[in-house]
Amino acid sequence: MRRMILLLNTVLLFGMFGPAAAQDSLPPAPYAYRQLDDPQQEAAAQDLMETLRCLKCQSQSIADSDAPMAGDMRHQVRIRIAAGESPEEVRGWLMQRYGDYVSYKPAVSATTWPLFAIPVLLILLAGGILIRRMRGRA
Amino acid sequence: MIAELGLAALWLAAALAATQMVAGFLAVRDNGTSELAKLIRPAAITQGVLVAFSFAMLVWLFAITDLSVKLVVSNSHSMKPLIFKLSGTWGNHEGSMLLWVMVMGFAGALIALVERRLPERTMNATLAAQGVVSLGFYAFLLLSSNPFERLPTPAAEGMGLNPLLQDIGLAFHPPTLYLGYVGLSVAFSFAVGALLTRQVTPEFARAMRPWVLGAWVWLTVGITAGSYWAYYELGWGGWWFWDPVENASLMPWLAATALLHSASVLASRDALRTWTIMLGVVAFSMSMVGTFLVRSGILTSVHAFAVDPERGTFILVLLGIFIGGALLLFALRANTISEGERFRIASREGALVFNNVMLSAILAIVLLGTLYPLLTEAFDVRVSVGPPYFNPVGAIFAIPMLIVMGVGPLLRWRQDRLDRIGKEVALFGALVLAALILASVLADIGILPLLGLALGLGLAVASLLPLRRRKLSRTPLATWGMVVAHFGIAVALLGMSSESAFTQERLAALEEGGRTSVGPWSIELQGVEPIAGPNWTAMQARIAARYDGGKASVLTPQARNFWAPPQQTTESALLTRWNGQLYAVVGDRTPDGRWQLRLWWKPFVPLIWYGGLLVGLGGVLALIGRVITDIRNRRLAVRIAERRADREALA
Repeated sequence: MRRMILLLNTVLLFGMFGPAAAQDSLPPAPYAYRQLDDPQQEAAAQDLMETLRCLKCQSQSIADSDAPMAGDMRHQVRIRIAAGESPEEVRGWLMQRYGDYVSYKPAVSATTWPLFAIPVLLILLAGGILIRRMRGRA
Repeated sequence: MIAELGLAALWLAAALAATQMVAGFLAVRDNGTSELAKLIRPAAITQGVLVAFSFAMLVWLFAITDLSVKLVVSNSHSMKPLIFKLSGTWGNHEGSMLLWVMVMGFAGALIALVERRLPERTMNATLAAQGVVSLGFYAFLLLSSNPFERLPTPAAEGMGLNPLLQDIGLAFHPPTLYLGYVGLSVAFSFAVGALLTRQVTPEFARAMRPWVLGAWVWLTVGITAGSYWAYYELGWGGWWFWDPVENASLMPWLAATALLHSASVLASRDALRTWTIMLGVVAFSMSMVGTFLVRSGILTSVHAFAVDPERGTFILVLLGIFIGGALLLFALRANTISEGERFRIASREGALVFNNVMLSAILAIVLLGTLYPLLTEAFDVRVSVGPPYFNPVGAIFAIPMLIVMGVGPLLRWRQDRLDRIGKEVALFGALVLAALILASVLADIGILPLLGLALGLGLAVASLLPLRRRKLSRTPLATWGMVVAHFGIAVALLGMSSESAFTQERLAALEEGGRTSVGPWSIELQGVEPIAGPNWTAMQARIAARYDGGKASVLTPQARNFWAPPQQTTESALLTRWNGQLYAVVGDRTPDGRWQLRLWWKPFVPLIWYGGLLVGLGGVLALIGRVITDIRNRRLAVRIAERRADREALA
């Protein structure tokens, strides 16, 4: 019985330090903290990583996070870029896997068109206001 | 007892806010003849004292770690250093809302105490409006977020504060930001007061301007400090993430910047009356939207400590009443206020109008990009809007604005010709073009950083041109303020562009004694040793860094483990040179016993924050200039009145 309680305590303790435990259970991701040898590929990977959301964090990109999942995603991005995929292909692959939410770069679609229509309207509106204010004045 | 005193003071302050509101509106209705009008100013001042007392009580509770108070138990710990016990007072939902109402009470007391330029009736209406807004936030605090709540049985130990927030940056960041946020409530109340009495005059703008300037300076400094805090504390070298919480502070700043310029036009030229009123309403509305976003828990981000839908609904209703009410009043009254004096396109006013429209458009973009994901989330569609959206779309409006900013201050009021300042415009254009060509030939950098570098350089020179052909010792302080603030924008822009164009990164796993390099730096990991602080332990790396083979400097980044609450943080180490900053972070140990280092060389990155501080300094100079002129005018008026009285006595 005592041993049971001890075991339970150990389990609970591990539960408390969840993130550390999760880190150990993930597959190794050598490229999470390692740059690609080709500086051009590394730059492309870096640019891409800055526009991908770390899904386990709060408003951080995978390039700005210590979370194990962000490390795993950095690894994925780097090996795919190294294998010759283009950044947009990698982004597409990640979006297929994790949904549109993973990309900080919204694409025009049925759900996001107002994000692009409203700035166009704003340009027209701003132009309109300026022309109206400036014409027939003085 | 301390908690009960604080709570009682808070209730009394709320009652006084109600008094101030009722007396204010009655006085406006009866045209100031009612005896109640005499109550308004004392009520506002006493309210300020009471709420400050209440806040002091909460700080005291945190200082002595009173574990019978719920808020202290859930956010503090007896082992924390005193400074973080104190700053922990506002590192949580209830405490920060109390800070918010305290600043509001303080601002109300200050206008009641010193503001004598406005007609009494407008002043009464202004204080009444301030009463309404304060009352709403007191109600929120008292009914849904009581900071003084006791526990039925005291706890044995507190739960501690998020280690990321245990930093000297946090001690100052929220209070400065709140002074800015809530200081804008004064502009809001002024705008509502002026709408109620229909007295939108240059005097009104002159009275409002120092308050807006003050709030704007605090906002500028608060945002700058917050950005630097994120930069060194989060450990990845980023300084702006377009995080909704950051946007929440940027939006009021954009509105306040526009308001500041618009109020200047109204004060000196009696033009842009409705614009100024509108921006006064919008600026504080943005503060409230920001508070709603952060405090309702609708976003889950590093800053959002509260996750409680009940509170969110409460703030949302408050927001609806205040913003909706003010906009309704605006809609009803706007057509009774004439637009004011007219002017040509090529004039100082023309440039200011152009930039106000651009600032408003940028504000709209930030608001859209921040709220849109929340809106779609309500329909179970999750989208992310981040830097790849905000940067280019914002730039569409920011670039024309920066160009006009270089030229505008050189133009005369009312009517001017561009060819009069042809030489200056040519200089500005030539500098920008030369920098564009040079930078695009010499380095392979993105279009936005390229434009930023070129415009920053041109603007840095153009912003100083208004001082040409002036006697520097006789240039008004307000003009110095404008020059310094515009120069600060140019400096910050150069820092931002340089950071994004020239940053070099090195990730390395080194054994002790191992070497690597980043940019012009050669790096040696001399050793890693354990070290302990008051409530944490850490692994501290000793890194020797040589710039271009010069003398070695030692950096000591740490990976810290806090035990209450258990959490890891990275303490970055920074080495600043005149031409940039070396940024070092130590990470985990790899299985084969090496240490992971993250190193960045960021050329000219400190310019971002120096620029921000310069902008703030410009605001301070302008504020001092305005206040001195005001005191001088007031003395002059007194002297003239005395002389007239003497003459009458003689006659």
